[in-house]
Parts: sequence; C-alpha cells; structure tokens
Amino acid sequence: MSMSGVGAPAPRSLSREPRLLSAGHERSDRIFRALSTTTGAVVLLVTGGIGVFLGLQSIPTLRHYGLSFFTTAAWQPELDHIGIAAVLVGTLEVALVAMVVSVPFALMLALFITEYAPKRLKSWLVSAVDLMAAVPSIIYGLWGFFLLQPQAIKLSRWLSQHFGWFPLFHVSTDPNAAVWQQSQYTSSAFIAGLAVSMMAIPLACAVMRAVFDQVPRGEREAAMALGGTRFGVARTVVFPFARGGIIGGSMLALGRALGETAAVLIIISPAYEIKIRILEAGTQTISALIAANFGNATASQLSALMTAGFVLFLITLVVNTVAASIIRRSRSGAGTDI
Amino acid sequence: MSTISSAPNLTPTPTITERAHLEAVDVCAWFGSTLVLDGVNLTAELGTVTSLIGPSGCGKSTFLRILNRMHESIPGAQMAGEVRLDGVDIYGAGERVTSVRKKIGMVFQKPNPFPAMSIADNVTSGLALTRTKTSRAEREELVETSLTRAGLWREVKDRLDQPSSALSGGQQQRLCIARALCVQPEVLLMDEPCSALDPTSTRRVEETILELRDQVTIIIVTHNMQQARRVSQRAAFFLAEQGAPGGIVEQGVTEQLFTSPVDERTANYVNGEFG
Repeated sequence: MSMSGVGAPAPRSLSREPRLLSAGHERSDRIFRALSTTTGAVVLLVTGGIGVFLGLQSIPTLRHYGLSFFTTAAWQPELDHIGIAAVLVGTLEVALVAMVVSVPFALMLALFITEYAPKRLKSWLVSAVDLMAAVPSIIYGLWGFFLLQPQAIKLSRWLSQHFGWFPLFHVSTDPNAAVWQQSQYTSSAFIAGLAVSMMAIPLACAVMRAVFDQVPRGEREAAMALGGTRFGVARTVVFPFARGGIIGGSMLALGRALGETAAVLIIISPAYEIKIRILEAGTQTISALIAANFGNATASQLSALMTAGFVLFLITLVVNTVAASIIRRSRSGAGTDI
Repeated sequence: MSTISSAPNLTPTPTITERAHLEAVDVCAWFGSTLVLDGVNLTAELGTVTSLIGPSGCGKSTFLRILNRMHESIPGAQMAGEVRLDGVDIYGAGERVTSVRKKIGMVFQKPNPFPAMSIADNVTSGLALTRTKTSRAEREELVETSLTRAGLWREVKDRLDQPSSALSGGQQQRLCIARALCVQPEVLLMDEPCSALDPTSTRRVEETILELRDQVTIIIVTHNMQQARRVSQRAAFFLAEQGAPGGIVEQGVTEQLFTSPVDERTANYVNGEFG
C-alpha cells in the first residue's frame, strides 16, 4: 500500500470473487412480497389452467374428427357431422364489421376528447365513454335487436343495391324490389358487428385517449408555434407518437369483438354455412355457438364445443399478445397500462 | 401608461418609430382570475435583439407567449391590450392565429425537435404544418439555408436523414432554431433557449443569435444577465413584487440598463443582489 510506488504491490488480502449480498428484508416487507407474489402466481395459474383445461378437453374431438373439424361447415351432432369452418368465418366477419366501425370512431372520439373538447365537456365525455364500457353486453344485444336493426337494414339494403357486385355486400334477393324482403337483411353478421362495435369503441378509445394525453407538451407547442392547425398538430405530433397505442387499442377491441357472446346471440339467426355475404340474414360465431348449445349437449358434443372454445381462446391470446407487444415497443407505450 | 402600480413612471413611453417592428401596447394577462401581467409596453425594433430579464415568476415567458398568441392555448388564459406587427394588431378580428404564429416564430426552453422525423424533415416540418407547397429542390435548398442560418449545417450536412434524436442537446436546440427559420418568420421569440444547454452549446447558440440579428427581429427571455449583455442591444427588466402582477420596471439600451440603471430595483437586480 505504499504511496511512493516502489516495490511490489501488496498481496491481495480479499477474494476477487463477486460477493453474494444479503438484502436482509424487513418482516413486513417479506409478508407483503409473499402476498403480491401469490396474486401474480394465481393470475398465471388461472389463465394457464384455462388453456390446459380446454386443450385436454379438445383431445377426444380432435382424435375423432381430425382435420375435418376445421374444414366442415355444418354443426349436426345427431349426424356426427360437425366442424367450425362456418362459425370461424362468422366470428371473423362479425369482428371485421365491428373493427371497421369502431376503430375510426374510437380514434375520432379520442382525438376530440383530448384535442378539441372544452374542459368541462371533456370530463363529461370521458365519463360517458366509461359508462359505455360498463353497459352489460346483453343490453347492447337488446338495443341492437330492437332499436338498431330496423334502421340498419335500410343501410344494408342501400349497400347491397349499390355495392352488391362486391361478394361481401351481395344479398340473395332483389334489392330493388318495390316490396323488399326485409327478413333477408335482418339477423346478419353486419347487424351483429354494429352492435359489437358499440362495446369495442370504449375499450379502443380508452387506450387511445391515454396515449394521446401523454404526447409531450413541448412537441405539441412546437407544432403550434410553427403555425400548425389543430389537425396539423394531430397529424405531425399526436399520431406518430401514439401509433403504438392506436394499433394496440384497436387490437384489444378486436379481442373483445371476437369473443362477444350475448349481443351476438340475440341478434343473429344461426346458419352453418361458409358465407361471406355479411349483409344477409343468418350467421354464427364460436361464442354464440357454445352459448346456444351448451345446455343440452351430450358428453361428446361438449368436447366439440370445448374445442371450438379452445380455438377462440388461442385466437384471442395471439391477438392480445401481439397488441401488448406493439404497445410496449412503441415510444408512447412505456407508461400505458392496458 | 402604467407599469407596476406603485412604480414611478420610469419607462419611457414607447413611440412608434419608423423602425418599430413588433410593439406591445398595454398588455395585461390573466390565468383564471389572477392578473399576472399589468400594462406592459415594449417596442422591438427591426434588426435588434431585445432581451427580457428579471427573476423567475415575473411574467417574462407569459409576455413572450402573448407576442405570438401561444398564451391563449392554455386553458383559462386571457389577455388584454394590443400586439402590433408592422402596426397591425395580431389579435385583430381578421387575423388568423396560424398565420400570426408563422410570422412570429418561437424557440422554447427545452429543445423539442420532432423525434420521429429526420433532421431534414424537422427543418421543413413547418412547411408541412402550414400546408405550404414546395418542390423537392426548394425544400432541399431551404434545409441548407435554414441549417446554415442556425449554424448547424456543417455539423449535420452528411446525416440529414438520421433521426433528430441522434443530436446533442445544443445541436437539437439549433435544429429547433432552423425549424423556426424555415417558415421565414419576421420575428423570432426565444424563451430561455440556452437554459438546458452546456456552456459550449450556449456559446454556439449566442453566435447564431448575433448572426441572425440582421435578418429577423429577436426577443429573448434569459436568466443569464451576461447573456443579455452579450446578445441584446435593448433590454427590459421585468419584476413582480409581492402580491402584485408583473410588469416592466425599466427598459432601454442594454448597456445603459446594466451600467447606469435609473431604478433602484433594476440596479439591485443587475448587481446580483436578488433574483
């Protein structure tokens, strides 16, 4: 240890190995830590358990039907002829309609709330959107059936009149008939999708609003000080910053739309055919299929329903995981909880 | 003509000279019901740098933000009085707030380039924001001239496509100056542009200010009195006394304000006795 720097350095008296440090937690800290660890573990166990349970229940069905379970459109248990091709298509169609309506709507709503609404209106709107999320889905189903449907079929007819050449909007009836066949337009994937969009809007809007609110004030002011309009500020600063939140919020809404049951069950009339004519009466979704047939199912039918549920579970799992990773990776996502 | 209510009438009444460019007349400001600025008069002349000095919380930044109508973007903020650019009130009925802000640019305390954009896109972002149609060649030329005027061209000319976040704080601030210059403002307002910068970057920004002096009228808020002496030809001392709204105590030629102030409070402040 000589300061003069002559002679050999003093031999090392302590080991060079990294030391193991004991934190010496307080008792209260240990208890709290154990409690919070438990809740985390329970969540993982429950979600993992659902997946494992559904997976195990699916084995008999998948053994029995094999790949034809995914390619058969019909659901005729009495004939031992079942598959999820039709309900899968129906599920995606309802979700697609819900997305096409709810994503632009939620985006505009979130933009209005954060950028344009005066302070008092803003808090009112936020509560109203939260309330929209709190309305039970069965109420949306009733609303969709009794209030929305009689009006929406006029839009359906207009779409089929003008865009009927496009397979999605084709309806197998004469749309221009003087006495038009209204029942051909009711209970369709389109109407169900509209009702589901009402449930997807608050979810997507909440995420988008949270992200819009995080846009750094400095960047906003910079755009304003350059002579930007409010829309210009939204375009140059808000949207680029919030891109991850917009995508993530939309995908969360998609997850919701894929799984929505009660409202769909009330509105649609079941039809087991692969049908891309979304305006036409009759469709079926996975969740509505399960809800409708669960009560009087035999053991083997139950397994088939579980398998359908397993497929839905996997789809929503993928959608949500992708959404979460997009939000987390974006610049705005670090502080956003979804 | 009123400054701080208790103050003797020390501020020379602003006269409209031929060179008056931006002129604030009897400007008052409120946040909610609180009066924060009372009867402020200031004349910024063409080709000069005017510095606004004074302790924190005396309304300098608020006053600056009134000069390009940024003040009104804060909920509950109100103002009274007139701000005349070449004799025309920017708060007049026919004036559009976006065109006012385009003519009177602003550089903020904290460098705030748009992080998602490249260096070049940051410079021309004002053109996109004001929907000014330009050709590619024009834009390229504007990028070069704006960056040159802001004293940043040589440092970034080989990496114009890189994101602005790759620049240092001082470079980012000069990028913000270039961005403000790109829309050809007549006046440039700077709100403590160097307070977040290190001494070297501060010196570069100050050099930039001196080079820009002949091209745009500059009004700069600064806490650094040495900086005010180095860059400005005229200065105004703001003060808000206990419980009273802020206002200008004294204004005039910078060197006189620092060496032979008329008001005792100015003398105390510039001699570092408070603030």
